[in-house]
Amino acid sequence: MFPIEVTELRKNYGDLKAVDGISFNVKEGEVFGLLGPNGAGKTTTIEIMEGLRERDGGDVKILGLDPWKKGYELHKKIGVIPQEFTFIEKTTPNEAIKYYADLFNVKVNPDEILKDVLLEESSKTYFEELSGGQKRKTGLALSLVNSPELLFLDEPTTGLDPNARRAIWEVIRGLKKKGKTIILTTHYLDEAQQLSDRVAIMDHGKIVASGTTAEIIQKHGSGEQIEIYGNEKLAEYIRGNTELQVNYDKNRNLITIPLKKKIDALAALAAAEQSGIDWGQIQTRQDSLDDVFIKLVSEPLDEQGGRGVNQNTRKKGFLDD
Amino acid sequence: MISGKRILADFKVYSRGFLRNKFGLFFGLIFPVILIMIFGAIFSGGGSGTIYVYAQNHDDGNVSAQYLSAINSTKTLQVITIDNSVNFTEYMAQNSIENGLVIPNDFSSNYAFRQPVNLTIYTNPSGSTGGTVLGVIGAVNNQFNLNAFGGFTLISISQKTVGSQESYIDYLVPGLIGFAILVNPMFSLVEISSMYKKNKLFKQLSLTPLTKMEWLTSKILWYIVLSAASFLLMTAVGVALFGANINLTVWLIPFLIIGPMLFASLGMLIGTVTKNPETAGVIGNVVTFPMMFLSGTFFPIAFMPEYLQTFAHILPLFYVVEGLNNVMVYQNYTGAVIDLAVITVITVVVFILAVKLFKWRED
Repeated sequence: MFPIEVTELRKNYGDLKAVDGISFNVKEGEVFGLLGPNGAGKTTTIEIMEGLRERDGGDVKILGLDPWKKGYELHKKIGVIPQEFTFIEKTTPNEAIKYYADLFNVKVNPDEILKDVLLEESSKTYFEELSGGQKRKTGLALSLVNSPELLFLDEPTTGLDPNARRAIWEVIRGLKKKGKTIILTTHYLDEAQQLSDRVAIMDHGKIVASGTTAEIIQKHGSGEQIEIYGNEKLAEYIRGNTELQVNYDKNRNLITIPLKKKIDALAALAAAEQSGIDWGQIQTRQDSLDDVFIKLVSEPLDEQGGRGVNQNTRKKGFLDD
Repeated sequence: MISGKRILADFKVYSRGFLRNKFGLFFGLIFPVILIMIFGAIFSGGGSGTIYVYAQNHDDGNVSAQYLSAINSTKTLQVITIDNSVNFTEYMAQNSIENGLVIPNDFSSNYAFRQPVNLTIYTNPSGSTGGTVLGVIGAVNNQFNLNAFGGFTLISISQKTVGSQESYIDYLVPGLIGFAILVNPMFSLVEISSMYKKNKLFKQLSLTPLTKMEWLTSKILWYIVLSAASFLLMTAVGVALFGANINLTVWLIPFLIIGPMLFASLGMLIGTVTKNPETAGVIGNVVTFPMMFLSGTFFPIAFMPEYLQTFAHILPLFYVVEGLNNVMVYQNYTGAVIDLAVITVITVVVFILAVKLFKWRED
């Protein structure tokens, strides 16, 4: 039995298929990243797993429990930070922890938990006076009060400055070291790459790729390619004098040639040299998770057409971090 | 299973937050006391009902002196004598005096010889006291006329009072306690239940073992405590500053418990069924304000036209205020039991509706 087992999960809002038949498992002690653009269905999925929303179809077992029917029982065993965590304004993190401890009927040392989430110095500051990062850390602290083995972190760093994000990452790494199973949603690729053992990329309610980041890049990326900065004539010359597939980006004056074999690079360079045309910088590179991500969520992957319409806005959303 | 420990934990966090919020504290505890001081000062300050009559007495005999002391003894009018040398009409105009009386110099001698004598009375037709002055002086005149001719009184009056002698402040204290019982839980619960829904705090709390019934119960408990504190403060101020006559008995306790429970639940219900805090605020005001003014809080509903009095009977606060008046002013416990029964039924219905319709989670 896995701590998280999701099979053919579906949730509709009217005509919108928010979650469209997804399946995945999360292993014990694993950090699993659910990645996707805004509106991909991540939060709906995570809220169904937390027992906050009812599913329309499929099966979900969290620690062996149906989260909607056995929510009350489940909540004693899991820790959650909802998206945009908030709390009672005039309460300090220290008091908040004691409050949660009373609700869960457990004994905890607030100082220890605050130390775990790197929030000792603000333990007596009112919630409303904490910075964005400190507020999320308070959320993390509260999610740890009942010593859960399974944690749900829904966009724990959205809207935070880079320093605050890195501080939260430190906390999450610390929790991972303690053996906690963590499911994390994010729309930051670097965050998923830094923290997750495995990721699933969601788009339009479906999982479009899953595995370790290396596996995803290997499976969905274009592989190694050589890039030569030069003009269109050079591109034409290489195309005419080799068997290689040559792509040209006019705006960037960039010639891109996918390499089926390493030796193809030599053929491309030899042709360039032969042409007598000037060329600039050369480099080889492989698709990053960014590249794969943009391909997966903005290009038609299957029978669904017309996704390219949103390509620009989508790309902006991801890369604006 | 309802857990006392969780209710207490939630009570602690909420009450601490409330006490740390200076605005809430001011509005919750101090504001009703200020209202009592303002209304008390307006309606009770020197409010013995005495009307002052400025008199110039040109007569030097003792009949006019007896006549003026007879006017004073009515307790309704009080004579203030001014010097004979001043110009009476100018003096009245300069000092904005409404009522005046001039006694001619031959008053005593003419009265002694049974000769007619004429007094001049000044009143302001747009003022409210002129009629009373004419009436009272007329009555004193009749008595003097009768005495002069050896007459005797056939019809006399013996005055008795009904119940205790209530003054405005006696009604005001229960009314404003009703006001505090309404306003604090109602506005707070409308606000927090709609805000917590918007900022998803309810969702967060639903991930803990706290139940929505426990959450609402702890809020009700806090507003019972606050209403009790408010009650003590307002009663102390009413009695100490304005000499309010208030009957303190255990009968007050059920009103101080069920009242906050009713309005906390009603606030919760409004916050729950409305879409956002803005709408909740508007609906909250629409429900609260008519109740605040038309339930006998600031003045007895008997002052209102009949159709508004009928309307007042559908307002839950009316029964709270009427009940408090029945206990604190009239000591009419049968009436109080009926009021208590009415608000208990309303409270149970509203409380059940609030808990049923209030959603921790989404479908």
